[in-house]
Amino acid sequence: MAEVKLLTEFYHLDDFQTLAGYKAKGGYETVQKALKMQPQAIIDEVKASGLRGRGGAGFPTGMKWGFLPKNNEPRYLLCNADEGEPGTFKDRMMMERAPHQLIEGMIISAFAVGSNKGYIYIRGEYTYPANVLYKALKEAYDAGLLGKNILGSGFDFDLDVYRGAGAYICGEETGMISSLEGLKGQPKLKPPFPAVQGYLRKPTIVNNVETLAAVTYIVRDGAQAYRKNGTEKSTGTKLFSLSGNVMKPGNYEVPLGYPLMDLLMNEGGGMKPGRKLKAVIPGGSSAPVLTAEEVAKANLDYESLAGLGTMLGSGAVIVIDDSQCMVDMLGVLTHFYAHESCGQCTPCREGTGWLNKILHSILEGKGRLQDIDLLLKVADNMKGKTICALSDAAALPVLSFVTKFRDEFEFYVREGRSKVKGTTYAEMQH
Amino acid sequence: MFKLSDKGLEEVKKELNRYEARESAIIPSLYIAQKENNGFITPEVIKYLSNVMDLPESRINEVFKFYTMFNQKPVGKFHVQVCTNISCALEGGREMASHICHELGVQYDQMTTDGRFTVSRVECLGSCGTAPMMQVNDTYYENLTPETAMNLLRGMK
Repeated sequence: MAEVKLLTEFYHLDDFQTLAGYKAKGGYETVQKALKMQPQAIIDEVKASGLRGRGGAGFPTGMKWGFLPKNNEPRYLLCNADEGEPGTFKDRMMMERAPHQLIEGMIISAFAVGSNKGYIYIRGEYTYPANVLYKALKEAYDAGLLGKNILGSGFDFDLDVYRGAGAYICGEETGMISSLEGLKGQPKLKPPFPAVQGYLRKPTIVNNVETLAAVTYIVRDGAQAYRKNGTEKSTGTKLFSLSGNVMKPGNYEVPLGYPLMDLLMNEGGGMKPGRKLKAVIPGGSSAPVLTAEEVAKANLDYESLAGLGTMLGSGAVIVIDDSQCMVDMLGVLTHFYAHESCGQCTPCREGTGWLNKILHSILEGKGRLQDIDLLLKVADNMKGKTICALSDAAALPVLSFVTKFRDEFEFYVREGRSKVKGTTYAEMQH
Repeated sequence: MFKLSDKGLEEVKKELNRYEARESAIIPSLYIAQKENNGFITPEVIKYLSNVMDLPESRINEVFKFYTMFNQKPVGKFHVQVCTNISCALEGGREMASHICHELGVQYDQMTTDGRFTVSRVECLGSCGTAPMMQVNDTYYENLTPETAMNLLRGMK
């Protein structure tokens, strides 16, 4: 199988970044078509396409839109561009290469859900993509594609960019809403879901960059054409961010259902010379790790990966070769989640800290064998007990790393050094 | 006494009216103030913003403390942030960070004596396919080695 470039077809063209370059390839033709449609017809098309949220949760987009109240109450459309899931760098490329693709997708989506105001919430570190977006927004306003009475349709839509300031949790949609409201980026208890009560307690739709960009192609080609790629339940194409110990890391757009091993070996160019595949984290750091044997059976769709006890997540495929120590790598992740827990819920705030402390005591040669089970016990107690999914996201890597590579953890505890590297944590030189 | 420049003050006032809620201007205003206060925020800056924005100090302070991009102490002219999260760690990001510190003769988050550099290890910056990488002030530098990173830094004046 091979790449299918639906969204990324023209990403190699430098001027695709500009309004003129985007229009030269058919850009903003679909919005003209959409503005003549009934909003409900667009929602029905998106529902029929089977499009699922590309940020991580994989929730059906049309269904999410369907939760909005059926009245004239003002509502907001927010684009989640707070890309922070370790291993993920697709939204950054999309905004850098094709800002107008996102803007067009947002105008069409806003028209469909009846929103006159939208924000693109972009992580603070993404200064360059934010500047690309500002420039594109100005071009779009000047061309009458944003603002009042877009292209003479009578539809108004204002769009602005809001920069975050460094917090993984703001990628969680209600955390993002809190942040946009000028608060700490702490997630809110659901229900009420944002579609009913979101930004400033008004109905709000939050969609990922890639999701919104895909809407244009669904409206352009129709739901049935969109479904030609992918599987029955995981439709369309998806961008996968391939990183780690692989020859050709990068973003690749493939149909959902694509064999994971093909992505590694074809697009990714295989392993580095003399190295063997040990494990893959298939959907960003929060997804349970797969062993090399499991990778051979995995397809990149929601169902195949769920069947292997993991998830597609944001589509960040992290490749780990046989030179890596799994205890060391898990230490990187426990540190991350302990750092990023927002502190609101006790199981997460305390749990992420404990996991990190226990793991680092093992890494520093002070671990006891019972600490390995303690890691599992703490992680198990963090699942499904908090307002948002960060706690589960911290627990899942621990459960999967320890269960699937237990021999490495036991060796480390007994010997005080890495089974793979042969060295102690201090000797690993980081 | 901290005070924004006329231009900075104008920008803050614009931010206050830019969003649906006034409080949404806190993050943008902290950015503006941090830039004008040599890269970090002090209690004095918070007090000043509280006055000009007509918002309680505690409201601005809780936002300031929550987000990692606001510095609570001075940083060097070049803030070197090396990603050490998993994709970069797999490709030598941590070794690169430690090499840079060693070469510059500092610990993490400590400023060089000439005030030029502060080196920090940070979480994922969304540059995983081009690991290892570092962010220096607002700019990403990708596909580095410890040596090429140091060469870039030596050239920064």
